[in-house]
Amino acid sequence: MSLAYSALSLARHALTGHRHWPRAWRDPAPKPRYSVIIIGGGGHGLASAYYLAKEHGITDVAVLERGWLGGGNTGRNTTIIRSNYLLEPNAHFYEFSLKLWEGLSRDLNYNAMVSQRGVINLAHSDSQLDQFAHRGNAMRLNGIDCELLDRAAVQRMVPILDYSDHVRFPIYGGLLQRRGGTARHDAVAWGFARAADRRGVDIIQNCEVTGIRVENGRVQGVETSRGYIAADKVGMAVAGHSGHVAAMAGLRLPIESHVLQAFVSEPLKPCIDTVVTFGVGHFYVSQSDKGELVMGGDIDMYNSYAQRGNMPMVEHTLSAGLAILPMMSRLRMMRLWGGVMDMSMDGSPIIGKTPIEGFYINGGWCYGGFKATPASGFVFAHTIAQDRPHKLNEHFTLDRFDRGAAIDERGAGPTPNAH
Amino acid sequence: MMLIDCPWCGPRGHVEFTYAGDATVKRPAPDASEAAFADYVFLRDNRRGPHRELWHHTAGCRRFVEVHRNVLTHEILGTSAPEVSK
Repeated sequence: MSLAYSALSLARHALTGHRHWPRAWRDPAPKPRYSVIIIGGGGHGLASAYYLAKEHGITDVAVLERGWLGGGNTGRNTTIIRSNYLLEPNAHFYEFSLKLWEGLSRDLNYNAMVSQRGVINLAHSDSQLDQFAHRGNAMRLNGIDCELLDRAAVQRMVPILDYSDHVRFPIYGGLLQRRGGTARHDAVAWGFARAADRRGVDIIQNCEVTGIRVENGRVQGVETSRGYIAADKVGMAVAGHSGHVAAMAGLRLPIESHVLQAFVSEPLKPCIDTVVTFGVGHFYVSQSDKGELVMGGDIDMYNSYAQRGNMPMVEHTLSAGLAILPMMSRLRMMRLWGGVMDMSMDGSPIIGKTPIEGFYINGGWCYGGFKATPASGFVFAHTIAQDRPHKLNEHFTLDRFDRGAAIDERGAGPTPNAH
Repeated sequence: MMLIDCPWCGPRGHVEFTYAGDATVKRPAPDASEAAFADYVFLRDNRRGPHRELWHHTAGCRRFVEVHRNVLTHEILGTSAPEVSK
């Protein structure tokens, strides 16, 4: 069992050349039975296991991961955290998540490198600025910080954008959430893993779930590449692959899987100290601690489980970026990668019970899963432990579509690739 | 780029097309139950593997093409004219 990280432990290990750090979490063989199995060792699954142990005292838990921890979408995003939502269920949920982020490093005894550098959504017309005022007012009524910026205020904060007169999409202003920002994606997975492990959770990597055993409408356990494991309750947190895993339990979901690409440029001197999103095309950018610009855009628009995209979307995204950041034109890209998104039918997540007793779903995160990680784990743990949703996820049910209670932040309708 | 063999125009890059989703969902009869319509509007098989889907040849003949494509590998297994009933 590893000891707490502190300045003292750092100094002590420095004396022996950092050669004797204990491993951050154990590598146990799966037991034949657990109280709770979480399928998926990404941020959401690990956070769920952590909060099951911490908030509900349930430590007989296994997290099963097909590959390595955080090798899916936890390691394939643009690391942005924010809670600038219009609709109430989303606003309260993501604001709770942001509050958990604010105390996360201390809670986990692991530096998640949360950086509240602000998130600015740019507006490029009067009507768009009006729309941002509307969203900003809704946020403030929900107790969430935000400021409406005029053009001059945006220019003071982000001088490197194109403010010249001849641009196609001039900057009229923006909506700023100062408490938004970024976090370190790997550290989130590792921090939750280590903290869950220290409370007794078994984290089992290279263990692919190949089947879900259901008898008389109740889940019994899971078939895996390392044998059958029985469980009282099973929760899936495999966003991107929710359709694939749910099918093992005979469920069809209001979800399509799509590929979303992200990009990292060569490192630059500090030039953007906040997160900026373009208001016309789909493009968002921040600068990493190493100086790279980290960028993302639209999904590729067609169903895909391949963790790679196509070149036309690379061109599309970077041309959107050039519209506000012409200095990028001579910048070389170092890496690009694709992650598989659970695109739900209303653009909002699904966290809750399923028609199968003891089987719970956490998915449908669309583009928004990373910032949700702590709250997602918190409410999913509650849902599993109490067999009923937490107040913050009571609207994100699987059956909301049948009831006409979709939570459609963008008003795009049941068209997954439009959210 | 994926090369889609349009039955009317021949092989074209996928940027000429607009994706229109799962080709296997069928609109229920007008007097079908609400549950059947909810299934039709919202639920998808979303399989990891071969997938039948519709692409609209927006920058070409403007007709729909049914594409049989492996969504895990992006390999296109075949294209055809969609059934008229869609």
